[in-house]
Parts: sequence; C-alpha cells; structure tokens
Amino acid sequence: MNLDFSAEENAFRAEVRAFIEGNYPAELRAKEAAGEPLAKADYLAWHKVLARKGWIAPSWPRELGGTDWTPTQKYIWSEELARADAQRILPFGVAMLAPVLYTFGTEEQKQRFLPGIYYGDVWWCQGYSEPGAGSDLASLKTRAERIKGDDGAEYYLVNGQKTWTTLAQFADWGFFLVRTDPDAKPQAGISFLLIDMKTPGITVRPIITLEGGHEVNDVFLDNVKVPVENRIFHENQGWTCAKALLAHERSGIAGVARSKQALGKLREIARTERSDSGGSLLGDAFFRRKVAELEIDLTALEFTELRTLADESSGKGPGPETSILKIKGTEIQQRLQELVLEAVGVYGAPFLRDLGHNAQIGPDYAAGVAGQMFNGRKTSIYGGSNEIQRNIIAKMVLGL
Amino acid sequence: MDFSFTEEQSMLRDTVASYLADHYAFDQRRAALASEPGWRPDVWKAFAEELGILGAPFAEDLGGLGGGPVESMIVMEEMGRALVVEPYLGTVVIGGGFLKHSGHPDAAALIGKIIAGEAIFAFAHAEPQARYSLADIKTTARKDSGSYVLNGHKAVVVGAPYATHLIVTARTDGGQRDAVGISVFIVPRGAAGVTTRDYPTVDGFRASEVHLENVRVGEEALVGPENHALPLIEKVVDEAIVATCAEACGVLRKLQEGTVEYTRQRKQFGQPISAFQVLQHRMVDMFIQLEQSVSMTYMATIKVTDEAERAKAASAAKVQIGKACRFVGQNAIQLHGGMGMTDEMAIGHYFKRATMIESAFGSVDHHLARYEFLSFGQAA
Repeated sequence: MNLDFSAEENAFRAEVRAFIEGNYPAELRAKEAAGEPLAKADYLAWHKVLARKGWIAPSWPRELGGTDWTPTQKYIWSEELARADAQRILPFGVAMLAPVLYTFGTEEQKQRFLPGIYYGDVWWCQGYSEPGAGSDLASLKTRAERIKGDDGAEYYLVNGQKTWTTLAQFADWGFFLVRTDPDAKPQAGISFLLIDMKTPGITVRPIITLEGGHEVNDVFLDNVKVPVENRIFHENQGWTCAKALLAHERSGIAGVARSKQALGKLREIARTERSDSGGSLLGDAFFRRKVAELEIDLTALEFTELRTLADESSGKGPGPETSILKIKGTEIQQRLQELVLEAVGVYGAPFLRDLGHNAQIGPDYAAGVAGQMFNGRKTSIYGGSNEIQRNIIAKMVLGL
Repeated sequence: MDFSFTEEQSMLRDTVASYLADHYAFDQRRAALASEPGWRPDVWKAFAEELGILGAPFAEDLGGLGGGPVESMIVMEEMGRALVVEPYLGTVVIGGGFLKHSGHPDAAALIGKIIAGEAIFAFAHAEPQARYSLADIKTTARKDSGSYVLNGHKAVVVGAPYATHLIVTARTDGGQRDAVGISVFIVPRGAAGVTTRDYPTVDGFRASEVHLENVRVGEEALVGPENHALPLIEKVVDEAIVATCAEACGVLRKLQEGTVEYTRQRKQFGQPISAFQVLQHRMVDMFIQLEQSVSMTYMATIKVTDEAERAKAASAAKVQIGKACRFVGQNAIQLHGGMGMTDEMAIGHYFKRATMIESAFGSVDHHLARYEFLSFGQAA
C-alpha cells in the first residue's frame, strides 16, 4: 500500500501538463475568462486539439484511437485537466456512443461513425428520456415501425417525443432508444437507432432551466424516416446497448479533481469575504467548519475513487460500487456550489445574464454563482437519480 | 500508487481472523468479560506465541515481523470485528510506539518483552480537567537527586487493571496548558505510591482512575526528551488514532452486515423488512459511510509515517470515523427494532464500542477544530 507515483508516471504528468499549457486554445480561454457565451465551434476547439494529438479518447481500444493508458495515467490526466481548468470534453460521442458502437456495431457502422466522433466533426446528442420515462427509462414510448420506402429500402418510421436532450440545438446526429415491439416486456422491445437530426419531421424546442440557461431541449419526432442500417445491434435488443452505455457514463462521475479545484476557489473567496465580526470568512468558526467538513468528505471520496481505480488496475472492472462515486460526487459538487453562494453573501442575488459578464456589479467571483448552484441541482437527478443509485447498491451490492 | 495487500499481509489477516473466529466468539467474549479478571490472558499468550502478532509492527532485528502501520491496520480491523478487549492498542501501538520513537536505551529489551507477551502497557495520560487536549497536564514529575517524583491523577486509563507498565505523562516544567515542560515516563504498575480504582467500561474494557502519590522512579524511566515530549505524544496518539480507525472499520463492517442479515430474516406485513425501500436506502447510506471510513483509514495509514501530513490525515480520518460510528451504530439498532435493545444480541455490543470510539482520542468536534487549524490556520 502506497501513494507513490513511479518515475514514468511523474514524467507522464509533466508531459501532459506541458501539453495542456502549450496547446489550450487561447481564444477559448479568453471567452471562458470573460464569461462570454460559447458558440458551437468553441465547444469543439479543445476537442480538435486533443484529437490531433491522439488524446481525445484514452479509453477506446488502441486500434481505434485509444491511448492504452493505465488507470493511474488516466487519473493523472483527469487531474491535470482539472488543474488547468480545461473545458470538459462533450461526452455524447466520445464517452457515450462510441463504446456502444465499438462493442455492438457492425464493421461498416464503426467505419462510418467513429471517425466523425473522434475528430469532433459530428456533434451527437442523446435521445433517451421521455416525458413519461425518466428513472423508469424502459417505459419509453417513442415508436419505431418498420416500413418499406418508396425507394424499396427498409426504414423505421419514428414517432414520439424525447426530452432533456442536452445541447440538441447544436447536434448533427442523435442516438435514440425507440420501441420496436410494443407487445414485448418493456426492456425487450427497445431498439437503438442513430438518427440524422436534419431528417424531416424532427423539431428541437428549447427548455429554459431555472437559472435561465438553454442547455436542454425537447425533441419531437413526427414520421421521421430512419434507414434500418442505422440500427445498432439487433432489433428489440437496444436495452443491452443502453445498459452498457450507462456503465461507461458512470466512470469518472465522482469529479474529484474538479471538486478539488472548486474547493480551492471556495477557500480563496472565503479568505477575501468578511465575516460579521470583520475578520475573514474563513476565520469564522461556523463557516470554516462547513468548509472543513466538506474538505474531509472530499478526501474520503478521493480515496474511495482511488480504491476503485486500483481494482481496475488489478483487472477487476468497475462494479456497482461506483454508484457510491455518483452519489457522493454529486452531493459534494452541490455542497460546494451552495457554500460558494453562501460565501458571496448579498452579491449572490444580481441576475447578470442579460447584462453581460462585465456588468461590474459586485466582486467578479460572485458573478454567476447562484446560476451555477441552481443548475447544479441537476447532478443528483441525471444519469440515474441518486435514489436510483441507492436502489442499484441495495440490489447489486447488498443483495436486498 | 498501490492499494493492494502483499501475500504476507493477507496471510496475517487470515491468521488473526481464523484464530478469533475459533476462540473469540460472541458468547465466549461475553462470559469472559462477566467474570474476573475481565480479560483473557490465554488469548494474549496465543497472540504472542501462536500468532506472533504482538510483533507485527516491530523491526525484525527487534524480534518483530518487520511490518508497519499497514500491519497494525490489518490486526486492529480484525480486533474490531471480534470486539477484542485485550490491550493490543495500549501495548503494541502506544507502548511500542513510545519505545520505538524515543530511542530509549531499554527500548529493545522492552519491545522484546512486548512481543513475548510479558509486558503490557496502559496509557496514563488523560486527566479529569483536560478533555481531549494533549498538553493539559497537571500531574507533576519533580527531579530529586537522580530520580523523579510523580504526583497526580490520571483519568479512565484503559487496560490499567491488567497492565504491567504505565506510560505516564507529567509536567517537569511550565504551566498546566503549556506545550513545553511535558515529559513521559514508564512507571511499573506496582510501583510504590501508585493506587488505582478499577472499573469496567460500557464497551467491555477494564479501566482505572490512577493516582500517583510521591511515586519515585529512576532517570531511566524518562522516555523521550525531558520537557519537550509533546511532539512525541502527538505522534504516538496520531498512530493510535489511525489504529483505532482501523478497529472502527471492523466494528462498522459487522454493524452493517449484521443489519442487512437481520432485515432479510425479520418478517413483518408478510414480507422480509429488507424489501422496504426506506430501509434499503438507510442501509445503503450505512454502507456508504462504512466504505468512506475504510477509504479514510487507508489514507491515514499511508500518511501516518509522513511527518508533514500525519496530523491532518489522522484528524480527517477520525472525523469521518466518528460520524460513521454514530450514523451506522444508531441505525443498526434502529433497524433491529426491539431486538437491538437487548443485551443478548451482539449488535448492541458493537454499537457500544462504536459509540466509545466516537470520542476516543478526541471527538468529531475536537478533530474538526484541529483539522481546521492545520488546513486554514488560526481562526479570526
């Protein structure tokens, strides 16, 4: 048992740190610093740099563009990305769809879709949730009927509604769960389809979330024709793909490195802000206690994640215990956001979205913190709500 | 980075676990605690002779197994699982810790006696007024022509009734709460002037109020630097905290597993109560607290040898373990319903130990304050 990094691992850290410093897009950095809204190209600029370097998809199989990094190297990589405050890579293509493609797709499908994901040329969105299917995802109703087209080819005719579709306003393509057999048991009649978002019959309508942002959308599908060759894996066996995807979605969900960064910022703010007695807020007995408890909680999470990492290194895959990482990781992120909001005091109130980030109202670090806190409530809801995660642990780990 | 155990370490765990499974069943423990002397010298002898675990964290040239904090963690976790009351912590971790770190001329000989099961130590440090402050000491040691004369009152000295030696902290200089002026002595339990009032503790140990009245010891009784022993005390207490965290992991594991098992058997409303989601989620939260505690114990075990990190790591771990002991312990009783309230079920005994661990070597509040100071500096 030890926490030491090998000389090779330290050299690797130095290498990735230098690369991030030297290659992070300057224009993107400037926009982020100024809090300017990001255009579609901004979301992909860093992605494209990493694709050129060969580091965009570390977890993929080597022959498809993966890096063959050890779990420790991946851990170092995520730490360095957080340390540099680098933009998060959009997960939909690289982290979510690609593993389904290379696990379940045909050779033709892999060749057709993986390069666009890798190089960031195609933006993907996820069509899973529906108004009536959230935690109970298998109850989804969007219907796909097999028809013969005028051209003699076979199609699915898709009708229904998807919701909470993140950044669908930018998406070129989407991966969708649809019902192909309405008479089978819920999980048994689902298929996994790739749909071009420009297909006639698709309407994307914004959902404005409580902090005022446009991140998620409703997606309506009205007689949308999808070629059958866009189906991944067998008809009616899409649930197998969906489950595999959820397992991938969970790795890295603890967000320890990002939370450590956020904690550092909270401490800085609390050193700057004044307490009622005029000293620093971090010197205030009550506030510092809350920060200390959070810091200790985060340390425990960090070591829980390191333990799962060590299991992975020794060949044991990530088990259902990773649900702990989701629950604690999101609880800690939310706690951080609420303590930052608490720390900035009265300057949590101004709503600056429409005034621009240079509104010069209150301290810079207070701008947007309420919005982040409101937006952050999603983390304990998405990706399988924290209550669903508890069901998973109860069933899969405790055997209840 | 490595979180795995070596083959030797896994063997150590198996050896201790299987011995305790055979010789330290709940009923055997209960019977021994209810009769005199309230502990089991035969078990201690087996620890020394059959298992060799009293030498686990000592160097091989001293006759030990050449292990360190990881070996202590393994042994203590198994002790926790079986609710062992024999004085491993006081003797091997604390007594052995002072001897190892002090460079005392008799250290090798005394460690040899510990390993052989012949020397048993109790830590006579806390005082009635001191709460958890390590520097708050009224007991005095006056230098008097080549010897020291000790006077004072030490509170709740766990294991003192069966100890051969006491580790006594005393003031050789300075005021009651001064950091400087503290020294450590080894005092034979039977020395003239030592009187004890012995009693059982709520979690099954035996302890004493120790009164020192003009106890005269030679200069060789001094362990570590005269007047400047506080850093040594802090170091050994941090090691004891980390070992206690490991013990707690064993206790918590039993509480959590026992609760899952009980709710699967207990039927109400025509079904096992484990089928109720509200209980399932409670047990998941208990499980999370347990796993976070194991993680913090690993963290502190690894960092306890790192002088720069040790204190912060020990306090952080103790905060997590203290909270987990309360949450897991109380919910274990709650989910056992009325049966959890009975003396005959083991679960209540684990709960009582967990509750005492909460405040052992400092409560959650104490360690949060210490952590805050180490992490953020002085409060404004």
